[in-house]
Amino acid sequence: MDEVLLGRIITASTLGFHIIFATIGVGIPIVIMVMEFLGIRKKDSQYLTMARRIAKGFTVTIAVGVVTGTIIGLQLSLIWPDFMRLGGQIIALPLFMEVFAFFFEAIFLGIFLYTWDRFKNPWHHWLLNIPIVVGSTLSAVFITSVNSFMNTPSGFELSEEMFVNIDPIAAMMNPSVYVRVFHVVATAYMTAAFIIASIAAFKLIKNKFQKDAEYHKKALKVTMSIGIATALLTILAGDFSAKFLHNEQPEKLAAMEWHYETEPRADLVLFGLLDEENQEVNYALRIPWALSFLSGNSFDTEVTGLNDIPEDEHPPLVIHYFFDLMVVFGMYALGVALLYFIVKKFTKFNEHHPALLYLYFLTGPLSMMAIEAGWFLAEMGRQPWIIRGYMRVSEAVTNADGLGIVLVSFIVLYAVLGFTCSYVLVKMFNNNSAESSREEYYGEGVDEK
Amino acid sequence: MMDLNYEMIGITVLWTFLYGYVIVAAIDFGAGFFNYYAMETGQHQKVSHIIQRYLSPVWETTNVFFVFFFVGIVGFYPDTAYYLGTSLLIPGSIALILLSIRGSYYAFNSSTTKPRKSWAFLYGVTGLLIPASLSIVLVISEGGYIYEEAGGVQLHLQELLFSSYAWTIVFLAIILVLYVSSGFLTYYASKAKNKSAMETFRNWFLIWSLPMIVISQFAFLSLREHNYEHFQAAQDYWYLFGLSLVSMLIAIFLIWKKRNFGLAFIMIMLQIAFAFYGYGISKLPYILYPYIDINTSVVNESMAFALTIVFILGLLLLIPSLYLLLRLFIFDKDYVEGKEEEGY
Repeated sequence: MDEVLLGRIITASTLGFHIIFATIGVGIPIVIMVMEFLGIRKKDSQYLTMARRIAKGFTVTIAVGVVTGTIIGLQLSLIWPDFMRLGGQIIALPLFMEVFAFFFEAIFLGIFLYTWDRFKNPWHHWLLNIPIVVGSTLSAVFITSVNSFMNTPSGFELSEEMFVNIDPIAAMMNPSVYVRVFHVVATAYMTAAFIIASIAAFKLIKNKFQKDAEYHKKALKVTMSIGIATALLTILAGDFSAKFLHNEQPEKLAAMEWHYETEPRADLVLFGLLDEENQEVNYALRIPWALSFLSGNSFDTEVTGLNDIPEDEHPPLVIHYFFDLMVVFGMYALGVALLYFIVKKFTKFNEHHPALLYLYFLTGPLSMMAIEAGWFLAEMGRQPWIIRGYMRVSEAVTNADGLGIVLVSFIVLYAVLGFTCSYVLVKMFNNNSAESSREEYYGEGVDEK
Repeated sequence: MMDLNYEMIGITVLWTFLYGYVIVAAIDFGAGFFNYYAMETGQHQKVSHIIQRYLSPVWETTNVFFVFFFVGIVGFYPDTAYYLGTSLLIPGSIALILLSIRGSYYAFNSSTTKPRKSWAFLYGVTGLLIPASLSIVLVISEGGYIYEEAGGVQLHLQELLFSSYAWTIVFLAIILVLYVSSGFLTYYASKAKNKSAMETFRNWFLIWSLPMIVISQFAFLSLREHNYEHFQAAQDYWYLFGLSLVSMLIAIFLIWKKRNFGLAFIMIMLQIAFAFYGYGISKLPYILYPYIDINTSVVNESMAFALTIVFILGLLLLIPSLYLLLRLFIFDKDYVEGKEEEGY
């Protein structure tokens, strides 16, 4: 296999694995913060137990997030040394800031996890949530900034093969950073909320500990609320993304929509099969003029087609499916969350009917798959560039031998870590009812702290 | 923009963080090994409580020191990404896999009620293998193992494997880990008023102090063989190495006589600091001999300025937070003694 492809597969597997834990790492602090808030506010030990149990599981996922984050940080230099040598000159600042943000978060997380009972005033413990949420969200902001730079580099000038007039702030605040940060943070919050909702639904389906039913119903309600709010934000972010791509990265939009001819009144194409020879799309779901509308809020918006982009700069066209999957999975989660509230508020049906619970259960896994699909779309859509317009992926790859063995070793590592992590999490909660945790933390009797 | 000597600022900051990492990581790596060793030799009941109590809240912080260092060095001296990135693909990947196994299995083990011996084994053994593999980077930085050729940068693995200097540094790293860690744990156990654990850690410390003295001398001798220029430069800073030796002797004396373990640990930190800075200063201006010279490979001025500002702001944020962490878990008497209820 050629070196570039090997390097890309190594990086893709690291990021594909890391993003699961990174998303949880960014999103779960918000969920914990809300749960602890409700617990203290309502003097309800069930919410407090929820916060503690989620935090306990979180310690395991964050560990895997930390180690895989360390891997990707170093792997960038190991696999793409030329990129980092150049990138270091221009985009080192947000990378550096990310470490501080994470450092800050790690310190307070350490304090948070081990001080549940050390404060007389529970609000003081709750305040520890703030640096954790701020730190984890800022980590996402800074890393997304680096990734945005790769898509829309700015903050320097090119003069005879040399980068001059470097402005680190402008590089950090490159054109795509706002849209992408918004998208990444909103979806991380959304996915984390739906994962907890999935767990609650799963526990209600299994109904192993009858005493826990009320606890899981409460969890479902809170996480569905967070889920709806953040899913709506995600739709807004998606809309911004489409307009942004139209203006700044038209080749990515054209490739993800299999859009060949530059034209107004362009259709939005969902799924289908591409006949590349004739540039025709068969069996697709077409929404007339929608692509133009999404790109510029008007059916007359002219959307650049692939035929107006040099062929050696076309992203791989498979990203169309990643786009479709991302949208469908995201919409599914939003739709189910809406359904939950419609059934609960406006109908006489039981919102905890097993059939509905199965639908709720799928929101978490599908949201996570939407995240994966979204990143495959974003990263493959940047091809063939590692820094769009300036450096190709093929120019950045290492010339060291041994990429094949490195790939195999890391895949084995991720399989082992993923398996053990799941095993530990299941073991942690499988035979340990929420009610027994509550009694352990807060003693007998409901609602007395 | 201010006209500052960024190449010196950068290396001072990074070297200081690396020093911080060496200390906290040595404590952590050694503790993991001792934890497993105690399990094997039936001393687990006595010492593991102390080890766990210290390790639980701080392991992640330890890891961040490491990340900070390599992100910082690529930021201040981007050439390192190119030279070391290319040549360290395999050794770097091995170190990463070991670090990942260690970090994850620690978290896995501490989250279950019944810790597994096999997981403690992974955690303990990686504690010795990681410093060994990381120390290779310092070995390589002395030059003589990496060559820039027509096809790019190449690491000459055979020269590395049969190099007495390389093996000396690897053993130095392992012994240093056990020495620093047992020194710290002696202090921590005495603070926790756990006399029998303190006795055990103290014995371990005294056992490891002799190899520590011997291997440090070997390190000098083999550096002389390997990079005479650096060895000569190091002789100009003989007083730093002398102070390091004096600090070490005071530390050993105090722990042997069971006096003032806190001061003894400060002496251990000073011992490492003098030697570490002496080594670092005499190595200048090279990060990787002879390819990366801090004067020519420092990042552009606007980035260096931005990084320096962020670094200062970051420290203003981190120092109070770290202080809080230390106060709650290391200097808090009740926590250390285990008097209060643990959260988890």
